[in-house]
Amino acid sequence: MPNSPAERPRRIVAHREGPMLVEGPVEIVLEDGTTVSSDRFCVALCTCRRSRVFPWCDTSHRRRSPAARPGADH
Amino acid sequence: MEPAAKRPYAEPELPPSRGEISAALIEYLRGTGPLPGDAALAGADPLGDDLQLALYVCYELHYRGFAGVDGAREWDPELLRVRAALERPFLAALRAGATRHSRADEALDELLVEPADGEGVSHFLQDKGELWQLREYAAQRSVYHLKEADPHAWVLPRLWGRAKAGMAAVEFDEWGGGRAERVHAQLFADLMTDLGLDPSYGRYLDASGAEALAVVNLMSLFGLHRELRGALVGHFAAVETTSSPGSRRLAKAMRRTGAGPAAEHFYAEHVEADAVHEQVVRREVVAGLLEEEPHLDADIAFGVEATGWVEDRLADRLLEAWRSGRSSLRAAV
Repeated sequence: MPNSPAERPRRIVAHREGPMLVEGPVEIVLEDGTTVSSDRFCVALCTCRRSRVFPWCDTSHRRRSPAARPGADH
Repeated sequence: MEPAAKRPYAEPELPPSRGEISAALIEYLRGTGPLPGDAALAGADPLGDDLQLALYVCYELHYRGFAGVDGAREWDPELLRVRAALERPFLAALRAGATRHSRADEALDELLVEPADGEGVSHFLQDKGELWQLREYAAQRSVYHLKEADPHAWVLPRLWGRAKAGMAAVEFDEWGGGRAERVHAQLFADLMTDLGLDPSYGRYLDASGAEALAVVNLMSLFGLHRELRGALVGHFAAVETTSSPGSRRLAKAMRRTGAGPAAEHFYAEHVEADAVHEQVVRREVVAGLLEEEPHLDADIAFGVEATGWVEDRLADRLLEAWRSGRSSLRAAV
């Protein structure tokens, strides 16, 4: 591989709203000791704890009704 | 039913016509008549069956073509002149019908709300969809899903930097991340087999109404024109943003009706994949394109809203038919 993971730290994108984005592949150990994995180029990890496919994001963090815009995304 | 995987790559048959324009166009492609005349083109309903099928046929020459049609027709200048005459009223109808915002973030913000009491096709199918309705849905969606992510590749050479890298990463995932059996179009073909449908490319074109064709024509229109690259990116962002919650409901519908494991898997995969794609498309592709070309903001918003508009028209047709117990198809499947 031209870019060995050892050459640079793994990048994680964290926003206050929405999931945490982690470069794949990943292996995640859950509280019951089971392990789930994904080889997607990027995974979205649930941070709102509402996901029905935890630890993956399923967009359950979304607002239920229109709210005032919290400000531009960028 | 024959197994889909064994079927060789095949060019689809030319479809039956739906009016004066599509009839002349199909005759022309068979080599048995002239192209449609200006009078016919001028009088066409931009969202009607005849124009939408004619446009679909013009665009298909850039995807798989048709059996017995010379591949050189793809760049036939006279045919491209007719295609442009079909595109102009379609694009004008989209702009007039769909445009509400001039900023991408305003248009996308509306899609990020998920009301608890939502209505729409996926809600209907989740709550009370019957197997025949799921089959009708899949048959008409096949004109789109068997091309899933394909026209979006045309935008890649027109992007740069973050937008290009993000777009390519999402497309790679759409195409199975390097694994043929995971290509999303293949997953949809597997869903069709579970539902007892024929997964051959183009098989349900004739069964699909103008509203379903408009959904595909929109992405071909945006994909083929560099000028509309902002709209293509907006379209992609709208699809990826709305897909995850809708797919959760459709996975539930497939599970409840016992449609089969591949049928359920197609939508379950989209719940997880598109929750990622949404983030990458908004944060990298849309934001990256706006950084490079801020003047495209209104075009991106247009692409978002035009996508919702054609989807709503399709939803109206499906729900109107199903609520009165009728088939939503043009021809039985």
